[in-house]
Amino acid sequence: MAEVAASLGVWGHLAAARVRSDWQYRTSFLLLLLSQVLIASCDLAVVATLFSHVRALGGWSGLEVALIFGFGGVAFGLADLFIGQLDKVSRHIKAGTFDLLLVRPVPTLLHLSGSEVSFRRVARCLQPLVVLAVALVVLDVDWNPEKVLLVPVAVVSGAVIFGGIFVITSSIAFWTVESREVGNAFTYGGDLVVQYPLDVFGSWLRRLATLVVPLAFVAYLPAAHLLDRANALGLPSLAAWASPVVALLVALVARAVWTTAIRHHRSTGS
Amino acid sequence: MRLYLEVARRTFARMNTYRAATAAGVFTNAVWGVLLASVLLAVYDERRTVGGFDAVDAVSFVFVAQGLLMVLGLFGDTEMADRITTGDVVVDLQRPHDHQLWWAAVAYGQAAHYLLARGVPIVLVGALGFGVRIPPDAGQASAFVLSLVLGVAVAFGWRYLLGLSAFWLLDIRGANQVGWMVAQFLGGAFVPIVFFPAWLESSARVLPFASMLEIPIEVWLGQLRGVEMATALLTQVAWALVLLVAGHHVLARAVRRVVVQGG
Repeated sequence: MAEVAASLGVWGHLAAARVRSDWQYRTSFLLLLLSQVLIASCDLAVVATLFSHVRALGGWSGLEVALIFGFGGVAFGLADLFIGQLDKVSRHIKAGTFDLLLVRPVPTLLHLSGSEVSFRRVARCLQPLVVLAVALVVLDVDWNPEKVLLVPVAVVSGAVIFGGIFVITSSIAFWTVESREVGNAFTYGGDLVVQYPLDVFGSWLRRLATLVVPLAFVAYLPAAHLLDRANALGLPSLAAWASPVVALLVALVARAVWTTAIRHHRSTGS
Repeated sequence: MRLYLEVARRTFARMNTYRAATAAGVFTNAVWGVLLASVLLAVYDERRTVGGFDAVDAVSFVFVAQGLLMVLGLFGDTEMADRITTGDVVVDLQRPHDHQLWWAAVAYGQAAHYLLARGVPIVLVGALGFGVRIPPDAGQASAFVLSLVLGVAVAFGWRYLLGLSAFWLLDIRGANQVGWMVAQFLGGAFVPIVFFPAWLESSARVLPFASMLEIPIEVWLGQLRGVEMATALLTQVAWALVLLVAGHHVLARAVRRVVVQGG
């Protein structure tokens, strides 16, 4: 317990230092904050644009898609806030500065997460959070205690699943030095997948998003369960409750990959 | 002129050395293409056309757009801006060539590389996976090339201005992200602007961003004919001139007024 508290303390210090350093370039910081709001708004604007032409996408109404969009956006936003900075690990590997992290008495992931955290990314969580809240209130959900509990469980599980994807794709950099582009296909591409009902994607993409990169558990299955809708995967409605288990599995795999990657690390320039 | 051609040629050769990065980039753009095409096709399950685009037009648009994103540099490249931040720009400005033309030559060298390395494979992926409309005759194909050359100039003009903001801001990540986010959205990188509500579409057409991506692809698809095509190409020419002249003046101002970092 004391160890966890100490880790959190270290993270706090690193994050605070980072905020102070970002704040030195004020105009840039504010513009970056604005850009995060813009990114989230563009995604929503795309969905709104599509629904200005149709009443349903893949059989889901606009509000129902908003529920998926909210779940997916908040989960991605949280993961991006706490661990998204990992996709810059290739920069550390190239510059040789990753070695510095290895000799410090703090776990590397915790260090990277804290020292490169950018609170502007909070802006990216807020907008989908509003969408999620509005969808939950306006939609006619047949509430019971189990469904109420599913909402926070799904958000946290989704964030962990995305966090795992960030860790795994960033680890590629230890073998190839450059990892961002392939990583982006899974992280930002994943963000696109969880904004829409899986019904719109072909059957092989659906299978991929369930079995290989388990994005279905982030937003689609929880939303389908809350609305008592059949899902396109043919899974029972309660499969939504597999989200925390899937999240745990992804986290374990991510930890194993990261540990292996660090063992594999050989400093550049040597 | 020979100098700038040589700069473009060497940039092209330099870019060709990053084979693995090219493969990774094609993979990522192809994944995006497949995802966006799937979403747009769901719209066409409900109706036959949107803003004059049928399903084949929309899918073609998505893949050609993915193929052109890097050609136009719509993700924002900070190579030039970084030299301002570090102060290296002082060396660039002392050299006996025009700063803006030099970087324009670099942009065209990169564009040529990305067109072959990214554009062609991604459009092939789309053609094999979904079916993509290809310009049917040499006339339309050459109109597309002309429109793309102009699009690269407009996108470069915008990038150059954003980069010059480093003289004042030093850290241009914010300006860069906001600038390119707007350019991507209003340029049709997420959904073609013909999907927008009428007021937004007409505003987007007047702004420089449609001149980067949307117009070349509409020419590719054969959506623009006669007077419409002429108007579109002239809009591109006008924006290229406006942005390049603005860049020229902003640089002159920066050189007169600003103390360069480290100087």
